[in-house]
Amino acid sequence: MGICLRQFFCRTFVIFLCLLGSPLHAALDIEIFGGGASQIPIAIVPFASEEKLKQSVTAVVASDLQRSGIFRLVDSGGLSPHDPRDIIYPNWQMLGTHALVVGSTRMLPNGQVEVRYSLMDVATQELLISDMETVSVKQLRAVAHRMADNIYEKLTGDVGVFSTRIAYVVKQGKKYALQVADADGFNARTAIEYTQPIISLAWSPDGTKIAYVSFENKKPVVHIQTLATGARKAIAKFKGSNSAPAWSPDGKRLAVVLSIRGGSQIFLINANGSGLKRFSRSSGIDTEPSFSPDGQSIIFTSDRGGSPQIYRMPVAGTASGVAERLTFEGDYNVSPQYRHDGKSFTFIHRSGSKFNVAVQDLETRQVQLLTDSLFDESPSFAPNGKIILYATEIGGRGILAAVSSDGRTRQRLSAQTGDIREPAWGPLPKWR
Amino acid sequence: MGTFTKVALIPFRSVTQSNSIYKEKTMNKILSVALIALLSACASETTKPTDAAGPPEDASLSAQDTSGSPTLNPLNDPNNILSKRSVYFDFDKYLVKDQYKSMVLSHARYLREHSSASIRLEGHADERGSREYNLALGQRRADSVQKVMTLSGTQESQIESISYGEETPRALGHHETAWAENRRADIRYQSE
Repeated sequence: MGICLRQFFCRTFVIFLCLLGSPLHAALDIEIFGGGASQIPIAIVPFASEEKLKQSVTAVVASDLQRSGIFRLVDSGGLSPHDPRDIIYPNWQMLGTHALVVGSTRMLPNGQVEVRYSLMDVATQELLISDMETVSVKQLRAVAHRMADNIYEKLTGDVGVFSTRIAYVVKQGKKYALQVADADGFNARTAIEYTQPIISLAWSPDGTKIAYVSFENKKPVVHIQTLATGARKAIAKFKGSNSAPAWSPDGKRLAVVLSIRGGSQIFLINANGSGLKRFSRSSGIDTEPSFSPDGQSIIFTSDRGGSPQIYRMPVAGTASGVAERLTFEGDYNVSPQYRHDGKSFTFIHRSGSKFNVAVQDLETRQVQLLTDSLFDESPSFAPNGKIILYATEIGGRGILAAVSSDGRTRQRLSAQTGDIREPAWGPLPKWR
Repeated sequence: MGTFTKVALIPFRSVTQSNSIYKEKTMNKILSVALIALLSACASETTKPTDAAGPPEDASLSAQDTSGSPTLNPLNDPNNILSKRSVYFDFDKYLVKDQYKSMVLSHARYLREHSSASIRLEGHADERGSREYNLALGQRRADSVQKVMTLSGTQESQIESISYGEETPRALGHHETAWAENRRADIRYQSE
């Protein structure tokens, strides 16, 4: 895996390149394109004594906020207050920033680091956040992500996702590795490696486990792996193919796709592998289930109408429920995933020979195409519904990409070698 | 082992197949498809062979006994239709085309004649589109081949249909020639 972080900012943030933190743990290269129409200008002053730390905190905060596409970083122009009392507001107003972050770090005798920071509204001179945390040096990136989450939440009203993790599969030669990394591509580690394909990753709602499909038994089998221990269990290993796991919101059961009764049909099964129950009943293909956040319905791909389209069916009416067709534009709409609030879903829409990420509003039925690449796959919403992570390819190589839900900002995440694919965005951490 | 095993040891030949393929065989009997179906129907009513009834029948050995070329397993003999293992499909389709039916039926008959043999039908899809949908499409292709076999009287218990979807492409290019090669179902014997 790669060990360097490259960022190409298409706007004016080159100055922050020099602030980027230790590149030694980055597994993914991240490039950013575009930006929101009305970005919030924010200045982040390097913290007092930060230069003595191995890991810059403000560089991580700046990188997080900038990557969201919602913020525009304003150069501090040589001003360097570290305490709210030292801020001369007219100077910052002249620089055109709306928000200002100042703070300090202090090495404690026990080796821990005390991090203090404040977020100010430059126009009103109001103190929006004032916080302090004491952490080990190893946790400095995590602290920075939490700061970015708090700042993001205070200024946008939405939940930040900088402390979340993503999972994906890296194919290198004949090896397939399931990796988990921080949302910024750092701290990647391999959860399991096979010489057979791995597909269809699904995070448990509490973020402790990942369900996936592996072919190590020379056929697709659904496994659940506990991340902390590495323990794994085959929960669907029936005759035929077993695939497409999706967790119920309470984490107690999963929807899986089995061929045991002929065709590919959706079944419900408890997370311990017991209590198998048929969910869908068609003569065709029913696959790619996704639970609604309230657990009341499942959206899925079916070719029952002659072409693959997305349908919705209530969970209570298992096997007798009526499926309602949701997509009508084009003859290939697949891979649906609910947004966290259940109001819309993302999916892959084919037009001509292009496969692109789209979002459909469930109430208005309005469809928005978010990408114009060639081969997009496996879209999944960030847990705040603001970004969609998906797989795509450039020059025949698989990479991950992310697009903001308004389509304006895009990121590319690529491994330095190998194909990267099958991304899944993890849930919010417990402290949220 | 019942009547099925005895009957099955005689290598039946279906009229739907070209006899020239079996020229080297010493016992070349031609039976109609209808007769095979009838015998298989009878066989399906007999009890399933168990290990207790004797050593498991070795598929390759018994086939060699009746062959003029004892070193060649009919499954691997390039002159034998049984060495053909791939059924190809059109884009987004899963219908077994006529050109593959005699090959599929030959394997079906081999399974009827060798009740201890079993196969895995492995469906594949080209790389375009959703991995999970392609997995289901590959499954449908394997299921289609299975259906041709079971309709001719082969026991479902001897077949497991699974799918690799687009995950293990035989041809690696990103063009129609490669895609056509990857839209297929393979017949794989468990002993292999």
